[in-house]
Amino acid sequence: METIESDVVIVGAGGAGLRAAIALAEADPGLRISLLSKVYPMRSHTCAAEGGAAGVARSDDSMDLHFGDTVGGGDWLCDQDAVEFFINEAPKELTRLEHWGCPWSRETDGSVGVRPFGGMKIKRTWFAADKTGFHLLHTLFQTSLKFESIRRFDEVFTTDLLVSDGRIQGCCAVEMRTGEMKQFLAPAVILCTGGAGRIFPFTTNGAIKTGDGMALAYRAGVPLKDMEFVQYHPTGLPATGILLTEGCRGEGGVLRNKDGYRYLQDYGMGPETPLGEPVLKTMELGPRDRLSQAFWQEQKKGNTVPTKWGDCVLLDMTHLGEARILERLPFVHELAHAYAGVDIVKEAVPIRPVVHYMMGGIHTDINAATPLPGLFAAGECACVSINGANRLGSNSLTELLVFGKRAAESAVKYVRSGTTKVDRAAADQQANAAEARVQALFDRPESTETMTAVRNEMTHAMETGAGIYREEAMLKDTADALAKLRQRQTSIALRDKSKVFNTEFTQLVELGCMLDVAQAVAVSALARKESRGSHQRLDHVERDDETFLKHSMAHYQGEDAPRMDYLDVVITKSRPGVRDYSGAKS
Amino acid sequence: MSQRQITFEILRYDPETETEPRFQAYCVPCEEEWVVLDALNYIKDTLDGTLNYRWSCHMAVCGSCGMMINGEPMLSCKAFIRDLPAGTIKVEPLYHFPIERDLVVVLDDFMDKLESVKPYVIPKKQRPIEDGPYKQTPKQLHQYQQYSMCINCLLCYAACPQYGLTPEFIGPAALALTHRYNLDSRDKGRRQRQEVVATHEGVWECSFVGACSEVCPKDVDPAGAIQQMKIASTADWYLEHLMPWRRS
Ligand SMILES: Cc1cc2nc3c(=O)[nH]c(=O)nc-3n(C[C@H](O)[C@H](O)[C@H](O)COP(=O)(O)OP(=O)(O)OC[C@H]3O[C@@H](n4cnc5c(N)ncnc54)[C@H](O)[C@@H]3O)c2cc1C
Ligand code: SF4
Ligand code: FES
Repeated sequence: METIESDVVIVGAGGAGLRAAIALAEADPGLRISLLSKVYPMRSHTCAAEGGAAGVARSDDSMDLHFGDTVGGGDWLCDQDAVEFFINEAPKELTRLEHWGCPWSRETDGSVGVRPFGGMKIKRTWFAADKTGFHLLHTLFQTSLKFESIRRFDEVFTTDLLVSDGRIQGCCAVEMRTGEMKQFLAPAVILCTGGAGRIFPFTTNGAIKTGDGMALAYRAGVPLKDMEFVQYHPTGLPATGILLTEGCRGEGGVLRNKDGYRYLQDYGMGPETPLGEPVLKTMELGPRDRLSQAFWQEQKKGNTVPTKWGDCVLLDMTHLGEARILERLPFVHELAHAYAGVDIVKEAVPIRPVVHYMMGGIHTDINAATPLPGLFAAGECACVSINGANRLGSNSLTELLVFGKRAAESAVKYVRSGTTKVDRAAADQQANAAEARVQALFDRPESTETMTAVRNEMTHAMETGAGIYREEAMLKDTADALAKLRQRQTSIALRDKSKVFNTEFTQLVELGCMLDVAQAVAVSALARKESRGSHQRLDHVERDDETFLKHSMAHYQGEDAPRMDYLDVVITKSRPGVRDYSGAKS
Repeated sequence: MSQRQITFEILRYDPETETEPRFQAYCVPCEEEWVVLDALNYIKDTLDGTLNYRWSCHMAVCGSCGMMINGEPMLSCKAFIRDLPAGTIKVEPLYHFPIERDLVVVLDDFMDKLESVKPYVIPKKQRPIEDGPYKQTPKQLHQYQQYSMCINCLLCYAACPQYGLTPEFIGPAALALTHRYNLDSRDKGRRQRQEVVATHEGVWECSFVGACSEVCPKDVDPAGAIQQMKIASTADWYLEHLMPWRRS
């Protein structure tokens, strides 16, 4: 087995991983950096983000306002020290990206433009038309090409972390082109592997978002934090789950039910605002969790529009006019036309809530460090937590930058601390065991169990029991189903025995990761007997700060369900209050 | 629901066990709104798990899923079956690239070329963060915006006859990206990039067939970019050779 020695290994080359790589290279050109990704960096799912990245830019905005929107939006489950750090760094990071060439949309005087997003008091979302994530990713990737010390391993699939002596020693990964296992030795590893939306059937997440890094850390003994908080985005296209960005509503798009009625006013987000004059933090610019929940209620009342792909409501942008749509929302225009056959200039487009983002993830502290020495995590796979119980739209792209950099800085500090030492013998032993496990997947006896069946049953169980609204009995069923599916998964045999670019093999590894992550979601949701942010329990409808103003921590227990315990939320200046999105306030 | 049985002829190749590619036919019950990628996923999930191809976003932005569909380079996630002529649909890996496995091609050549054109802002001097963002008017943004839309899907390379003949040719997407940075008001690196693109394998290799711009799913217009660069390179040549005192 080939061994590659580095100072820091980064797993994942999306927005977070690339930002970390650049920060490492800038910190010290002598550092040996290995950047691993199961897809070419520009294929990472950051490219799909449309709307924008939040950071205080205008003189009428302030750090305090961004703080308040984030913490309130997160239903007070955010760690406030982390939020404060994040918000202070945000404008600097977005500016840095500007210097690196990101084509931010501009005001006529040449300054960077900002647009409103849901749950925000003041406009502060920097955007590059409606392809912000795409531009952010390509700007970072292209900038990373400047640095010779960043050694890339594209299409190299990480299967295991190497841990001995209570600290990280590197990881093992399969080079997809050859099927060869490689051992990456390093005293520090940064996980930037993105989210896990694929555990649900209907999601905006691409095929690669299977929670690999979350599962790797979890199995290595790092708890997964706040996994029950799964964000539904209110406006996905039916059938494909393709997202129509919140920018649609930021620009003035409105939601209507089957009667053309703007139903959000019935769910504490009224009164109705005039057409074409969106008012911040109310009606269509309310937060994502509330909007998705309102859809569910309308569906129960029979007010939705039935379509071939299930019930929908209508996103109406016709009053914006062609010019504005083509300038500000060209991608939405293209997507709706191609995938829904709707010209948004002329007609309202049917949409429904769709699984979008994992607030939870690998437990890290404010320095992006996990409890396992040498292991760091950043981006959607991590939970710092700045997102709490409901992420504010457009905070995530900024989070990739701020905490990608932070993870790099922490890793450098750790590597230089002199306390690290790779235990070669132990690492070799583990790498050999990892290789044997991979081989064992190929050697499994034939069986009737199929990957498709297990995957479909998993996503079905998640949607039924752990969707927008949850309750005890259904969550229990889901958790039970997942436990069984984890069992069944071990008997799936690979039909494809080739070593070259074998995606049946990678899918099987991904399925194992998804099942572990899904179980952590269901069990965490079952244990949280309250309603907060995106986690709504029909049997516990109130928020319960007394018992649950705490982070859930799911600890891996092998074949058994995870063990849960809790960690206090860091509160510095904002005591839990009422989330008010009615337009009636000042 | 309107379903149609459609036969897909798909190129298969496993270098471990086969000496050359072959075609395999699959009959797929296709839904009205399906794209070719949906059919491939159906095959992979229910008919034959050994089929391999790249995809991720299913929304025409990650650039992974380029392939030849009935001989035309397309994104399989944007190739609607209803828009293709009735009858068998033939799916092959992108032309002009070595096949790694099935519909997966080797991208090393493109990745090297991308790196060679220095696709990043090269400022005159590093701007401190405290100075805030550069000013860039919407007009200045507009100058290069179109060329920044490239998703690296490589359809243009598969369409380019010149790249087929002369693999050293830097090719449409990488040149469009060069042009994108040259045109960016924040950049001062054109001279450095010129060394690469003004060579024989650079812009001059292009015979202006324009096939690249026709197949581009993002309207990047690489052919236009190359044409503009030729003009700029010619101007450079005159400046350098006939009016050396004007060189900046
Ligand atoms: C459609 C959509 C729109 C969005 N819009 C916005 C928005 O407007 N604003 C906003 O703030 N946020 C938005 N988000 C959220 C945001 O885009 C994501 O949270 C963010 O991009 C995640 O970035 P990341 O770097 O953590 O992971 P990703 O970009 O997903 O990258 C993950 C990386 O990890 C690698 N990887 C994973 N597993 C392995 C493995 N086993 N081995 C090796 N490598 C591996 C992958 O190859 C990839 O390089 C949106 C999300 C979606 C899906
Ligand atoms: S220029 Fe167009 S066709 Fe070529 S790689 Fe870029 S997006 Fe694809
Ligand atoms: S799957 Fe991403 S471009 Fe087609």
